[in-house]
Formats: sequence, C-alpha cells, structure tokens
Amino acid sequence: MADPAIPADSNRPALALHVPEPRYRPGDAADFSHVEVGTPGAQPRPDEGVHPSQMTDLAYSLVRVLGDDNQAHGPWNPRLDSDSLRTMLGHMALVRAFDERMFRGQRQGKTSFYMKCTGEEATSVAAAMALASDDMVFPSYRQQGILITRGYPLIEMINQIYSNRADKLKGRQLPIMYSSREHSFFSISGNLATQCPQAVGWAMSSACRGDSRIAATWVGEGSTAEGDFHSACTFAAVYNAPVILNVINNQWAISSFSGFAGAERTTFAARGLGYGIAALRVDGNDALACYAAQQWAANRARGNHGPTLIEYFTYRAEGHSTSDDPSGYRSAQEREEWPLGDPITRLKNHLIAIGEWDEERQSTMDRDCAERVKATTKEAEKNGILGHGLHHPFHTMFEDVYEELPWHLEEQAAQAIRERIAKFGSERPFG
Amino acid sequence: MSETPASVAEPVLEKRRLNMIEAINEALDIMLTRDPDVIIMGEDVGYFGGVFRATAGLQARHGKTRVFDTPISECGIIGVAVGMGAYGLRPVPEIQFADYIYPGLDQLISEAARLRYRSAGDYIAPLTVRSPFGGGIFGGQTHSQSPEALFTHVAGLKTVIPSTPHDAKGLLIAAIEDNDPVIFFEPKRIYNGPFSGYYDKPVEPWKKHSDSVVPEGYYKVPLGKARTVREGEALTVLAYGTMVHVAEAVAREKGVDAEILDLRTLVPLDIAAVEKSVEKTGRCLIVHEATRTSGFGAELSALVTERCFYHLEAPVERVTGFDTPYPHSLEWAYFPGPVRIGEAIDKLLSE
Repeated sequence: MADPAIPADSNRPALALHVPEPRYRPGDAADFSHVEVGTPGAQPRPDEGVHPSQMTDLAYSLVRVLGDDNQAHGPWNPRLDSDSLRTMLGHMALVRAFDERMFRGQRQGKTSFYMKCTGEEATSVAAAMALASDDMVFPSYRQQGILITRGYPLIEMINQIYSNRADKLKGRQLPIMYSSREHSFFSISGNLATQCPQAVGWAMSSACRGDSRIAATWVGEGSTAEGDFHSACTFAAVYNAPVILNVINNQWAISSFSGFAGAERTTFAARGLGYGIAALRVDGNDALACYAAQQWAANRARGNHGPTLIEYFTYRAEGHSTSDDPSGYRSAQEREEWPLGDPITRLKNHLIAIGEWDEERQSTMDRDCAERVKATTKEAEKNGILGHGLHHPFHTMFEDVYEELPWHLEEQAAQAIRERIAKFGSERPFG
Repeated sequence: MSETPASVAEPVLEKRRLNMIEAINEALDIMLTRDPDVIIMGEDVGYFGGVFRATAGLQARHGKTRVFDTPISECGIIGVAVGMGAYGLRPVPEIQFADYIYPGLDQLISEAARLRYRSAGDYIAPLTVRSPFGGGIFGGQTHSQSPEALFTHVAGLKTVIPSTPHDAKGLLIAAIEDNDPVIFFEPKRIYNGPFSGYYDKPVEPWKKHSDSVVPEGYYKVPLGKARTVREGEALTVLAYGTMVHVAEAVAREKGVDAEILDLRTLVPLDIAAVEKSVEKTGRCLIVHEATRTSGFGAELSALVTERCFYHLEAPVERVTGFDTPYPHSLEWAYFPGPVRIGEAIDKLLSE
C-alpha cells in the first residue's frame, strides 16, 4: 500500500535512510584487507608545536613503529631502553593475568560484574608510562592498565571488585569503577564521556595556576557521540588546555560497531582537526607507537602548545563486559583476523628480536603474574566477596552524600539499621 | 566633584543599602579576594559582566584567569567545573538562565552530586552554580522557569534560594564555602526590588526594604536555616524567593496574622522551623511559582502532613504555578498572584 504521507503524483526522488551495518555478523568470514594499516616507520613526526592544520595526514593514517620484522622503525620510535620495554611488557602481562582471574571470579559468583581490556593493554599501559606519575588521568572503565602501571596495589583493586569490607570505596561503586587520588586517578563514573570535560577543567586549572602537571582522559570511540566529548573538545581548543584526549577505537560499543559513532565517514582523530586540536591516529596494538604518541602529546601540552586528540586504532578482543556474549553480534573470526595483531605478542617479539628477551623468560613472567594475582585474590577474599555479609556498616550508606549528614539522612540511616535488626537481630556483626 | 561644606552635607546613611544584584556582586568580589581557589565562569560573565550585571567589574578587578567567558555549552561549563573542583579550585559557574541548565544536568546529577559518595571522599565537587530563575519579567517559556524541584530530588545537591539582598550575599558566601555542590537560584524578578504580586504597579526599589541593608565585608547566612519573615498565629506560610514577598503583601493586605517562613535552603530543609511554626498555627499554606505536579510544594506538604498531622486544623494548601509551560502574554494569569494566594488563605482559615 502506498504511504499516504507521499502524494501519488510526486515526482521528487524518494529519500532513503542509511542505517550503518557492520561488515561481519556471527558466522561470517572476517576479512580486514580493506583496512589500510600503512607501513611502520613511514609516518613523519612533526615538532610538538606544529599547527593542527599541518596534521591532516597524521589524522587519517596510522602512526606505527613495530614492523612485521619485529623491529622498531621510523621517527616515532621512542627509543626506550630495554629495561623500560621489559617493564612495559610486564605491566601488560599483569593486566592480562588480572583480567583473566577477575573474569573467572565473576563467573564463580564472587562479584557482579567485570570488564576486560584484552587486546587494548597498550593503550593504557604504554600511554601511562609516557606521562608523569602526577599527571592527572580521567579514565573510562577499561583503563585498569593505568592503575597497574602506577603501582596501585592489586589487592585494593580486588577489594573494590568484591565490594567487600576493605573496599576503599565502601562498596558503593560497581566493580572496576576505581578511584585513587593518591595515584592521580580520577573516580570512574560509569556514565560515558562525562570525564572528558572534567579532564579539560582540571587541565585549565593547572594552566590557570601556572602548574606543570597536565591531564589526560580516555574515552571509547562509541562514547565520542556524547555531547560531553564535543564540549570537551570545544573547551580544550578555546582555552588551549594542556590535556590529552585519548579515544580508544576498539571497533565495538557493546554490540554497536564504530559506524554508529561515525566511523564510516571519517576517522576519530580527524574530529580533532575540526576543533583546531592536534590529532594523531595510532596503531593501538603497537605499544611503542602508543608510548610515542602520548609522549608527543604530553610534550605539546607541557610546552603550552595545547591539547591533542589521539585515536588508538585497536580491537576489543573480548566482550564488552561479563554481561554480554559477543558471539551474538559479531563474527568470531574478527579477533584472529585483526590486521594489527596482539599488543603483548608484538612487544614480546620485539624484545626477543633485539636480543633482550626469550620465550622462557616470557613463560616465567606469565606464570609469576598468574600466581601473584591468584595469591592476592585469596588475600582479598579474606575481606569478603560480594553479597556475603562482609560489607561496610549500614551507616556508611548515608555518609558522603554530603560532607555532613542532614536530618533526613540521619532519620533514614536509623531506619536502615532498625530494618537490619528486624531482619537479623542485634547480634549481627559488621554494623 | 566639588567639596561639599560640612554644614550642608547629606546626613551619612546609617546603613548601606544594596539591591540583590549588587549584593551578589559584592559576595563574589569578596570571595574572589579571600580565596584564590574561587573562579567564576559562564556565558558573558567576563568583560561584559553578565547579562544581569552580577559579575560586573569582577574581571577587571581579579583578572582574566579568575573571571572569564565560556563557550555556549552548559554541559561543558558544569563538566569543566567538576574537573576544576577535582584540581582543588572552588568554581562558581553561572548558568545564564535556569531554563538553560538542562544540558548540564548529567554533569550535575551523575557527576557533581555523587562524586564525594562514589569516590568515598577522594574527590569532591565544591561548586556553586548560580542561575537566575523564575518569571514575572515577560521572559516567555525559556526565561521564566523555576526548576528547583529537579535539583531537590537529587541526593548530594543542595538547593539555595535567597529572597533579599542581605540573604543573597550571606547565603552565596556560605554556598561558595560549602564543600558540596550548591544550586543557587536567584529570583530575577526581585533583583531590583521586592515584588508585591501586582505586576501593574511600579517596581518598589530595594532601598525602601529593611532587608536591603547589607553589611560590608564578609558574613555568612548559614545554609539549612529558614528565616521567619513575620510571626503570626493564624497560619503558617512556607515560601522562598519571589513568593516570600508576594505572600507577605497578600497577608498584610488581608490583615491576616500569618507566620511567614522564608525557607532560604530547600535541601537541607530547616524542618525544625517548619514543624515549630505549623504546630503553633495548625494551618499551612505552601507557595511556589514552579509548576504544581511534583513541585517542591508536594514534598513540603507531605512532610507537614507526616510530621504535624495531629496539629493540623485544616488540610495543607498549595498555591503554585499552573502545570503549563510559562506563557508569555498570559504570564500574569499563570503567576500565583494575590488572587490565588488570597483564596487559599480564605479556604484555610474557613476550615
């Protein structure tokens, strides 16, 4: 039946709505030959004070360092000493071992939720290593690598994931929404992209005060569609804020591919150019390129040359979280076919190629990481796991809503405690 | 200026009188001077000094990095302010009209309001968001709204509304020094003078009102404390902002011995003052300009009913704006003016 909204005699062409569709769905053979990955070492490295208008090629291509020959190439090679490279590899291996264990813990019912960063370790570990330890980071929810790089105790992470009585966040936050002022790590929201303008505001404050510290934020490519991201870009450009906007383009936002954030038309790095922000597009599975890009942006910010937007082109090798099954929306082959490989394997192979590492040491390191995580997990479990009573006292539920408890929260706290006594009697420990 | 002979000099005014804009400007000036962490930003607040002149002269006095203009992005203004708070600053962003605050709501509700809680005190958001609100200036539906109930519903936010120049200065200083995020709504209808509710009468300037006496220098009016505007026995009127003055004028006109409470802070509410007054009078009228359904009056009515039920001699009455967008030409038909308030008082007293 003809649509009554369209007059029958209309000779105007009918419009058609484009709804993006990923190339591959479950069962499809994945082929990424259309993805242009360029040649490692081929990209120029401009001076950190360069005008963004001179960065068009860098916003549309890929900065790469590690080649298929496992050697570091070109002007973006950060020329890190072998100790630093091994440290970087060690942090990434520990992140992966931690993710494995925590994911399993969720499946065993020890907590409600977990998110891995498998395949994206370099985008937080290498980037964090390129920053000063007191540069302020405003992470999204997949940057556990920053905390591990900054030496945040694993047991505190696990206490938080278990929401137990030792959880520094008092069991208030969803697992993995860490916060550590001591490690210049901002409280993770869970609402998307809200951290972007906050990072800009922090950076503006630092500049306002004549401080030397800069801010960096991480956001997924899907979340760049949020207004907050664009507000952040506008403010960063307007005030020349010393901030780094890291966009982790891992291709998938739960089940929505990057096309729903605009990736069919342009790159995420190119968004920066429109704001007059320096922009780099980087192989996110190349730890050396990640380090070099972050270092370039940090130098730029510290030199009062302003903000940089870095797109890390990577792949989310696992599901979004413990709550989704990626086999329900994408081809299982994508992970294997991803043209930029695995960041840990690539850095390991580089270290071996330059004679600074071997498979045996790698195996030992992996085993040590797994054992360390296992032992720390056992230690954390002494403080309780989610839903097993070893939580914080009831009254803490009402604290920190305001600096001081107003009358209505005092009344409600008293009610909560009355309810507890009605349910369990007054002998129950842990308030 | 020529020298004036002492013999013919005007008698020195015993007390200095300011309008509400001047009082707010002075509070901001004092806090910028006292605390290097205070920073002011917003649309047109810098060189120009704000569309209502609340920040006039502040950039010239305190510099461009303390008082500056922002992009037209309320999400950005609040989001940046949260980051500034995390750094250790004490930002006082201005949202040009309360009607424009909505793009910043996620940053206020999900971020500023919960930051202390979610980080267990690691980070706080000590911002004070100033914004002119309310109607009565022919502002149409985008320059007249009273969205206070959206904010009183949010755990972690404080909502403050002054009704006099004296309180505006003292409450604003208290809000800026408060370590929690504060929404500071300024009733723009009474920026220049109190309002009796008769839109067709000339504006009475603040200088004739006793509460325009504003002490010089620093002082605070504590958050969470109501003000008894006048004592009375016949009924209790709970109001804030512009409606304090309208209610007062109606009670005076009708010769009703009303006890009028200016709540000043909606959250945390001065429940003790409310209970004490209603228990004395046994009758309660709640007046606000905002729309009725789920307005803050609903919360007040519930609290009074729950806590003072056995003292009540009549059902609680609410006088509010209608549940429509704020109209332009029919602004005074919308506004909860003397007729609506007067009828409610008659009804309460006849029970």
